[in-house]
Amino acid sequence: MSAPAAAAAAAAPGRAEIVALGGMTVLRIAGDWTLAHYLPLAAEVEALRARIDAVERIDIAALGALDTAGARLLHALFGSRRLAALVADGAALPAERRALLRAVGEALEVQEAAVPPRRGSAVGDVLEHVGRTMGIFWRHVVGLAGFIGLTLETALRVLLQPRRWRLTALAANLEKTALDAVPIVALLTFLVGAVVAFLGATVLADFGASIFTVDLVAFSFLREFGVLLTAIIVAGRTASAFTAQIGSMRANEEIDAIRVLGLDAMELLVLPRVAALLLALPMLSFVAMIAGLVGGMLVCMMALDVSPVMFLSRVESNVALRHFLIGIAKAPVFAFLIAVIGCLEGMRVAGSAQSVGEHTTSAVVQSIFIVIVVDAVAALFCMEMGW
Amino acid sequence: MVIEGLVTNVIEVRGVRNQFGAQVVHDRLDLDVRRGEILSIVGGSGTGKSVLLRTIVGLNRPAAGSVRVFGEDLLTLPAARRAQVERRFGVLFQKGALFSSLTVAENVALPLIEHAGLPAAQAAELAALKIALAGLPANAGDKYPSDLSGGMVKRAALARALALDPDILFLDEPTAGLDPIGAAAFDQLILTLRDALGLTVFIVTHDLDTIYTITDRVAVLAQKRVLVNDRLEAVAAIDDAWIREYFHGPRGRAAAGAARPGLAQENP
Repeated sequence: MSAPAAAAAAAAPGRAEIVALGGMTVLRIAGDWTLAHYLPLAAEVEALRARIDAVERIDIAALGALDTAGARLLHALFGSRRLAALVADGAALPAERRALLRAVGEALEVQEAAVPPRRGSAVGDVLEHVGRTMGIFWRHVVGLAGFIGLTLETALRVLLQPRRWRLTALAANLEKTALDAVPIVALLTFLVGAVVAFLGATVLADFGASIFTVDLVAFSFLREFGVLLTAIIVAGRTASAFTAQIGSMRANEEIDAIRVLGLDAMELLVLPRVAALLLALPMLSFVAMIAGLVGGMLVCMMALDVSPVMFLSRVESNVALRHFLIGIAKAPVFAFLIAVIGCLEGMRVAGSAQSVGEHTTSAVVQSIFIVIVVDAVAALFCMEMGW
Repeated sequence: MVIEGLVTNVIEVRGVRNQFGAQVVHDRLDLDVRRGEILSIVGGSGTGKSVLLRTIVGLNRPAAGSVRVFGEDLLTLPAARRAQVERRFGVLFQKGALFSSLTVAENVALPLIEHAGLPAAQAAELAALKIALAGLPANAGDKYPSDLSGGMVKRAALARALALDPDILFLDEPTAGLDPIGAAAFDQLILTLRDALGLTVFIVTHDLDTIYTITDRVAVLAQKRVLVNDRLEAVAAIDDAWIREYFHGPRGRAAAGAARPGLAQENP
């Protein structure tokens, strides 16, 4: 007697019926009890369960194929006690069937012993979520402040000891964050410069003041757009790179290895990145201002017949140096915030590749958010001061 | 479990050649796996044990040769028919490969919903059964893979591999990274499931204890092919430098002494 032979003999959907046979109530099991017939069988089992106590004998000889899904249904139909009796009765089933039923029976008893967790209400869930989010936000703010402090402290310590300056790491990071970013920063700010000039030419023409387009482009790029656009591009490009680099090191336990070797991850990984971005962002902002002015100049030349010479002489006579200084002074602040957020999120990565992805997204969102908020505050401050 | 007179090969690999660029991993490789047996594949690092597993389950297409499973050549089968055959495989990957965005119960229920077409409630019931069969506590079902220990990840992955009641179970380094107690328990679990569910089990392993305690036959991969595929005693007796080193080195002797005291003394 073998399982494949029995399966071949009764390749039919599983059935269960309770019949009266020779004065006895008999539960007859037949056909294939497999996953393929699970749903109809489950319905049948549900219907028969009410009458199972009246059954005096179980006839299981016509059972075809049986798998764990079928065994689960038989367990549900018979209950643990009858199933145990059936398994104990050696004559009814071949050995491998009994082993299967026993394994499933034991597994299900373990499962029944455990109590399912209670589910909360929807309103409670929402409140819980809000509370959790607020808690997370607060921990983020505190964590960022702590990390800024730690970075500054490490920086001060390292600054006093030139031997510990990591110039190679600084140069490598500088290449990646500054030099490699020049083309995209220049192109995007050039295009925005052109767009601002178009807007100015269109709107100011109604007042016969289209020459002020030059002032518009120069003021906006020197004070705001040059540094803001660069900071946003760098936040997307470099903050994410910092998080991904440090995060994958973290996931790979490399940060732990650095600590165990008696080295300082802040000094080795964070400081070179912060320093590189502190140098890179002002330079990139300068490139962005020039590119924006060139974009505006081109549009002025084509749409307003303002020659480049005239454009530049008007910029020279109308735009004071302090506008450039206000703009470029913001660059190191933005650079510090972007680098610190990028590194902090990298340090927060926990274990998995998925966590690296989540923290990279978070780093970009946070750094763009904070750059725009700080820029708005700075603009208000400068306006009040009359600068 | 192999019944006399019914010895049939569920997997027949013939003349398989695998190469990556200029590097040939397998050349004219033959392998038989019998119904209901536990077969261990052993071999040094880089002999292509995992590549062989991936070739049989269809994740890697060989440059030449044929792979017959249940008597059908997987390489020439139309895609739909092939998918049906592959549904009778359960694969446990080395690192578990659980979907990290789903809970353990959802991981196990996924093939039940997608392939068997069960409604979510019934799939969850069956998933809970598989999780219990794999020896996990009932509350493990609600956890995410990142919350599980290494041993629990292996068991959860085994539960998913068992979801569709496969005929053949492929295990890639099932006990790697487990502590000896966890590894021994996992070995026993595989033995129990094989006996209860009538599985054929194909194990890629380095674990000598696994080989000595649960396997029926051992296939040794060396020199780009299967050097020998036989019962453990017969393989261990073969006169080959690598096999001697493997089975009669200090670790091999210790594992043999623990599992089968007679064998270690026969082959000093």
